[in-house]
Amino acid sequence: MSENIPFPRMTGTGFTPEWFENVNVNTPAAERRAATLTTRRTVKKDWQVAWLARAITCIDLTTLSGDDTAGRVQRLCAKARRPLRADLMEALGLDRLTVGAVCVYPTMVPHAVKALEGSGIPVASVATGFPAGLTPLPLRLAEIRYAVDQGAAEIDIVITRELALTGNWAALYDEIRQMREACGAAHMKAILATGDLGPLTNVWRASMVAMQAGADFIKTSTGKEEVNATLPVSLTMLRALRDFHKFTGQFVGFKPAGGLKTAKDAMAWQILMKEELGTGWLMPDLFRIGASSLLGDIERQIEHHVTGRYSAANRHALA
Amino acid sequence: MSIRDIMETMEYGPAPESSAEALAWIATHPVIGHYIGGQFMAPQGTTAEVMSPATDAFLAHVGIGTEAEVDMAMEAARAAFPAWSARPGHERARFLHALARHVQKRERFLAVLETLDNGKTIRESRDIDIPLVARHFTHHAGWAELVESAFPGHAPLGVCGQIIPWNFPLLMLAWKIAPALAAGNTVVLKPADLTPLTAFAFAEICAEIGLPPGVVNIVNGDGTTGALIVGHPQADKIAFTGSTEVGRLLRRQTAGTDKRLSLELGGKSPFIVFEDADLDAAVEGVVDAIWFNQGEVCCAGSRILVQEGVAERFFDKLRARMARLRVGDPLDKTMDIGALVSHRQLARVDTLLARGEAEGAVLHRAPCPLPATGTFSAPGFFTGSAPAHSVNQTEIFGPIATTLTFRTPPEAVALANDTRYGLAASIWSENINRAIDVAAKVKAGVVWINAANIFDAAAPFGGYRESGFGREGGRAGMEEYLAPKAPPGAPRPPLVPMPEVAPLPDGGPAAEIDITAKLYIGGKQVRADGGQSYSVPGGQAALANRKDVRNAVEAAGKAGGWGGITAHNRAQVLYFLAENLSQRGAEFAALTSEAEVEATIRRAFWYAAQADKFDGRVAATKSSHLTLTLNEPLGTIGLIAPDEAPLLGLMSLVLPAIAMGNRVVATASQSRPLIAARLYQVLETSDLPAGVVNLLTGARDTLAKVLAEHDDVAALWYCGSAEGAAMVEVASAGNLKPIWTDRGLMRDWLDPAQGQGEEFLRRATQVKCVWLPYGA
Repeated sequence: MSENIPFPRMTGTGFTPEWFENVNVNTPAAERRAATLTTRRTVKKDWQVAWLARAITCIDLTTLSGDDTAGRVQRLCAKARRPLRADLMEALGLDRLTVGAVCVYPTMVPHAVKALEGSGIPVASVATGFPAGLTPLPLRLAEIRYAVDQGAAEIDIVITRELALTGNWAALYDEIRQMREACGAAHMKAILATGDLGPLTNVWRASMVAMQAGADFIKTSTGKEEVNATLPVSLTMLRALRDFHKFTGQFVGFKPAGGLKTAKDAMAWQILMKEELGTGWLMPDLFRIGASSLLGDIERQIEHHVTGRYSAANRHALA
Repeated sequence: MSIRDIMETMEYGPAPESSAEALAWIATHPVIGHYIGGQFMAPQGTTAEVMSPATDAFLAHVGIGTEAEVDMAMEAARAAFPAWSARPGHERARFLHALARHVQKRERFLAVLETLDNGKTIRESRDIDIPLVARHFTHHAGWAELVESAFPGHAPLGVCGQIIPWNFPLLMLAWKIAPALAAGNTVVLKPADLTPLTAFAFAEICAEIGLPPGVVNIVNGDGTTGALIVGHPQADKIAFTGSTEVGRLLRRQTAGTDKRLSLELGGKSPFIVFEDADLDAAVEGVVDAIWFNQGEVCCAGSRILVQEGVAERFFDKLRARMARLRVGDPLDKTMDIGALVSHRQLARVDTLLARGEAEGAVLHRAPCPLPATGTFSAPGFFTGSAPAHSVNQTEIFGPIATTLTFRTPPEAVALANDTRYGLAASIWSENINRAIDVAAKVKAGVVWINAANIFDAAAPFGGYRESGFGREGGRAGMEEYLAPKAPPGAPRPPLVPMPEVAPLPDGGPAAEIDITAKLYIGGKQVRADGGQSYSVPGGQAALANRKDVRNAVEAAGKAGGWGGITAHNRAQVLYFLAENLSQRGAEFAALTSEAEVEATIRRAFWYAAQADKFDGRVAATKSSHLTLTLNEPLGTIGLIAPDEAPLLGLMSLVLPAIAMGNRVVATASQSRPLIAARLYQVLETSDLPAGVVNLLTGARDTLAKVLAEHDDVAALWYCGSAEGAAMVEVASAGNLKPIWTDRGLMRDWLDPAQGQGEEFLRRATQVKCVWLPYGA
């Protein structure tokens, strides 16, 4: 996480069902708000490029594939250190710019830690039987401890969807609590896998349970569900987050993942964050974007801003 | 600011929409004149200045239409009417389709022009106003195509005078012109003097598509020009959108003329938030309700009613949301709220806000910076206000809502209906039973469930009560521009003067057992309040006075359950009534004729049949939006029965009214009133609940005037003299009840084509449009 955290770390609360059990989310209203967000706000010229640069600092540059290797991870980490071409950095008047984190599978953590040494960029690891989360709990907890042991500073856990789908919120709370304990000093992002959860009301309630259980971040998706981050789902999670902050004063971060592929997508989510939560939630300590191809489009848009010509992918280094 | 700085502040920065094209157009139109008979004309009279409210910049001069210019326009519309109305609907459809297409082709230009002229944000003019304009013309191109088959036996009205407000200049133009043209009418439209630009650009589109000269005429001007249009003898129909105050003037001005009138007036619409609502969604609903179009919206949800248990949380959320609203240059694409239309409007809003604070309400306003020039008003809302405060009664027409709390759903309904108006309502609850229950009980022409300010050309829009009458959009909207073809009736002969009852001379002949004809009020036979009778052939009839009217209206008011029972039950009562009438047929025939009795019985059957068939529709609007149009009863209807056909004439009015769930206060034939005394005996045996039908006898126009003036009478049907028709129309202006008169012309009551039909059912109902967006 960033060097100067202006707020104490999330602790969560006891299991408090009265904060969520009567909440119902109106789906068409959420969709309406989501649909008009980007028609109400836009960012142009210097502001646009600054917002895109800020978005880069929030990216959890990710590779979560069965064919990941040490070499693949090293290449990703190199890109994480220098996400933007040097001449573009100079044109924007920026001296240092890195992504928010690098996100990998647990067994790739050592390679990432090594490749990022001295960069200050944290390594995030998925854990807990990602992406389905259906391995036995002791194994899931052991996996967290393994990843932390290997040097991961952030752990992206997945929740047991069954517990949300059947309304077994107390059990869900207990699981996430144990995961948070297993994380120790590492920050925990709770992946709700919203594409699996059904109605937005479930998304709201699962968000609140994860925060009560101590999640530092709530995250939409593994990237492996059929539907990943959408604006209505994100809006719903942010509104739960805002209520939690109001109730407790604690700061929780938000991470949309999967589905953000273009610079325009990034700005839509930035507008969402700013409108629903405020400017503070646009910084990497409270906002991350889980993405692999997003950075490439942002680079092209920034080059277009600098040169006035539309750019091509091959002019920017691969991740 | 450097990139690095912006990365820290994360401000939005400026995002201006270019006004170059619109300003270039304005530069070539320094004086906005009139469009008459296909010609663009320089104004003959005085001009006024058109300003851009956001910058106080001068844009153009606009002509104030003179009598001569209004004359010219009216004559042009009259001249164009025969050919235009005679064209096949398909040909009119092609023109309307072309209007829609040309609006779409110029959407950017028209949006910017509207924003410059009105001060509304480019986001709204671009995403809401202009797309709805195109949608309206497309929808009505369809009606033009279908009008002959969809409305058999109907004809257009002729020349329509249309007066529109400044809050949605081009959209209101579309709402007026599209249905008028589709039905085959021609129009003379007057835009608001503050916002004439897009209407003039629209006139250029009319010329461009080759719309025949005189079909659309645009005369600019202020209220004086409007009055000239309304008073013009060539106008067959007046359609007005604007303030209730001006609506009343128009009601009086058109009284006694043949002009059809539709009024779309003000509102103080409730926005009801139940404890089980999605509060965040409801907060966003407020943004769409009162912080839409600077609050300059007749249907704005301006009275927020919140259930007490969640009120503080809701207000907290509302304050937080309000703080993020951006107010400023309406051409900037990131603004939520632009400028009010004029300095006068801003001053009016400020005066009302100051009054609200003086009365003790607490005003919360967004802490946003306002531009130094222009007419900007920070959004806000009142807490701690009460229904007795003026801010809860008066339409503010600015970005400020009031709030009240309630304890139970019935109290929410009571507060919601505690207003003279009845335009719209917004209901927020995740409990569908509760939401629909309240939607049914709220007195409003448009109800949005878990939404606010959603519009579509297929969804009828218009108000209850003092929000006006008539609908715009959908089938109901088309009906405002069509009339059933009917043979012209003969003028009704004047009434014979009413003789007083003379005191009996002493020593007269011994009386037989007398029949005492009484009034029938609240299910009881009662003596006239004044203790007077008048002589008629066959005896004496009770002479009702204004107190009897008052009592009858009160009794009718208490019989509200009639509208809530099933249509099946109402039908059964009507059938039973027909049975009982049939049993005593000979007795009634002796007083009238066999034919009249037989026709009355058949009419009772016909309306009994209609009770559960003249029902609502589901309008095809937006996807995932269930849009219901319901035919609701009006409430208490005053009925002034014709003097002729004392049984059939009276029952031809009573039957459709009660079949649709209304209660009635009816006056019987003045010269043959004794039928009423027999009729109430039939009513009493027909299971009709007390107060549903109240029968009075007496001086027709005296009683008609009291009924027309009565603020608790929702509508009045008058079959009397031409002068009496004018009188009741003037008298109705107090609560703007819809008036239906035959203008003193008799119809053949025995002819079912004239004496019954859908027209009666339509007049007995008002359309409520309920929007229910859905999604799991």
